[in-house]
Amino acid sequence: MEWINAILQGVLLGGLYALFAAGLSLIFGVMRLVNIAHGDFIVLAAFLGLSITTGFGVHPLAALLLVVPIMAGLGYALQRGILNQTLGDDILPPLLVTFGLSVIIQNGLLEVYSADPQKMNAGAIEIASVQLPGGLSAGVLPLLMFGVSVAVIAGLQWIFYRSALGRAFRAVSDKQDIAQLMGLNKAHVFGLAMALALGVVGIAGVFLGIRTSFDPSIGPGRLIFGFEAVIIGGLGNLWGTLAGGIILGVSQNIGAQINPGWQLLAGHLAFLIVLAVRPRGLFPRIEG
Amino acid sequence: MPDALLSTEALEAHYGDFQALFGVSVNVTPGEVVSIIGANGAGKSTLMRSITGLLKSKPEMVRWKDQPIGSLRADQIAQLGIAMVPEGRQLFQSLSVEENLIIGGQMGRGGPWDLEAVFKLFPILEERRNVASTALSGGQQQMVAIGRALMSNPEILLFDEISLGLAPIIIKTIYDALPQIIGEGMSAVIVEQDIAKALSVSDRVYCMQEGRISLQGTPNSLTREQISAAYFGV
Repeated sequence: MEWINAILQGVLLGGLYALFAAGLSLIFGVMRLVNIAHGDFIVLAAFLGLSITTGFGVHPLAALLLVVPIMAGLGYALQRGILNQTLGDDILPPLLVTFGLSVIIQNGLLEVYSADPQKMNAGAIEIASVQLPGGLSAGVLPLLMFGVSVAVIAGLQWIFYRSALGRAFRAVSDKQDIAQLMGLNKAHVFGLAMALALGVVGIAGVFLGIRTSFDPSIGPGRLIFGFEAVIIGGLGNLWGTLAGGIILGVSQNIGAQINPGWQLLAGHLAFLIVLAVRPRGLFPRIEG
Repeated sequence: MPDALLSTEALEAHYGDFQALFGVSVNVTPGEVVSIIGANGAGKSTLMRSITGLLKSKPEMVRWKDQPIGSLRADQIAQLGIAMVPEGRQLFQSLSVEENLIIGGQMGRGGPWDLEAVFKLFPILEERRNVASTALSGGQQQMVAIGRALMSNPEILLFDEISLGLAPIIIKTIYDALPQIIGEGMSAVIVEQDIAKALSVSDRVYCMQEGRISLQGTPNSLTREQISAAYFGV
């Protein structure tokens, strides 16, 4: 029973990892940009949620109404102002610039919020749980987060494959020059993609801040979880990313069940095994 | 030429240190079909890339309705009503046939061309509308590329190497469809290596050689000798 419980909690945790990863996957899919600062943006969103929660005295989940648009706006401005200038045939400049952003965000947060761990208080919902068949129980909050994660992935999937915006994303991703001949402004389309990605990061950051304590230095760790979920699931496949997040979460919880010190190690091992057996991930996007 | 719709004036183009165009001046009047012929490397495609804004020029080197547009971005030039069927079709491989067409019309310029009109012109595309664009034959892909350009309801349509790499029967189908495409008062520029085909459909012809215009005139006024001299430089 303990084991089944560990797996269940791992699945729920995996939803959060999928949220970490979805923005990374989207950005890489549209403009072949690897955002090293992605994890730090998650932490930035968590601190933003903290400031709004304490500043206005609102519930952390209500803070999402401000955090998501602010992060999306920041994403658009960042893409148009800085990142578009780094994109080209060479993949190194965007890597270096986002690495620099990572350092700037970490130190900026350290300056403003200090290195003390913080946490957002979501009140009674944090300890509420539901009884499941077989004597299992699951927290309402993790269940809610998992549900939102699945909904976000489904929403991104719909945008990408069913909406005009998604058509523009795919067209620009396929052939940048030709997409411009169709009247698509590449710089604007990339800006929208980054806005969407950081909007998702806003949700991920607030969830992270409700679920665990956080401090300015934990961004790179979240980035690794995001990367691992993307690679396990297969590049360019959003449902695969969700599966990757779940596999990572379950592995970590099984590891922790064996020995509390093995939690992170077990996740990384699962990642390495997938990488060794299926280098393209479990569900790579089928071309054509 | 005061009534030119589109013109280039002493256009120069460079790829790094390499100069590809040397003072090229061409013009197209409303409703006119102009063909540009020349051997490989003569600069025809570079001229197309400069007009569509994929290569930046000095503002006054490309003019549209007497406005300088040489320094506009490609998407801004597309908004003006200049569309291109690029060399090698260049369909979006992640998009279905229908999505390729829809994205061609995403600027929302009104006019006679919509999905229905394109499907009427090329009925095979309606049958295969939900197929991935990469699953089509070369000729069908060329039809999608033409339809995609038409969907923006352009005032001028540029065809870059319209028949390159296609079977003769397909080339005939596409040339047979041309009058329907440009019959509605649309101007066209046809870049071709097949001289006879180009001459048969155009009002005027320019011949390019080594980045310069080596000959121009109406098809009837030019002799085969003049053309081969201008084409091959011998």
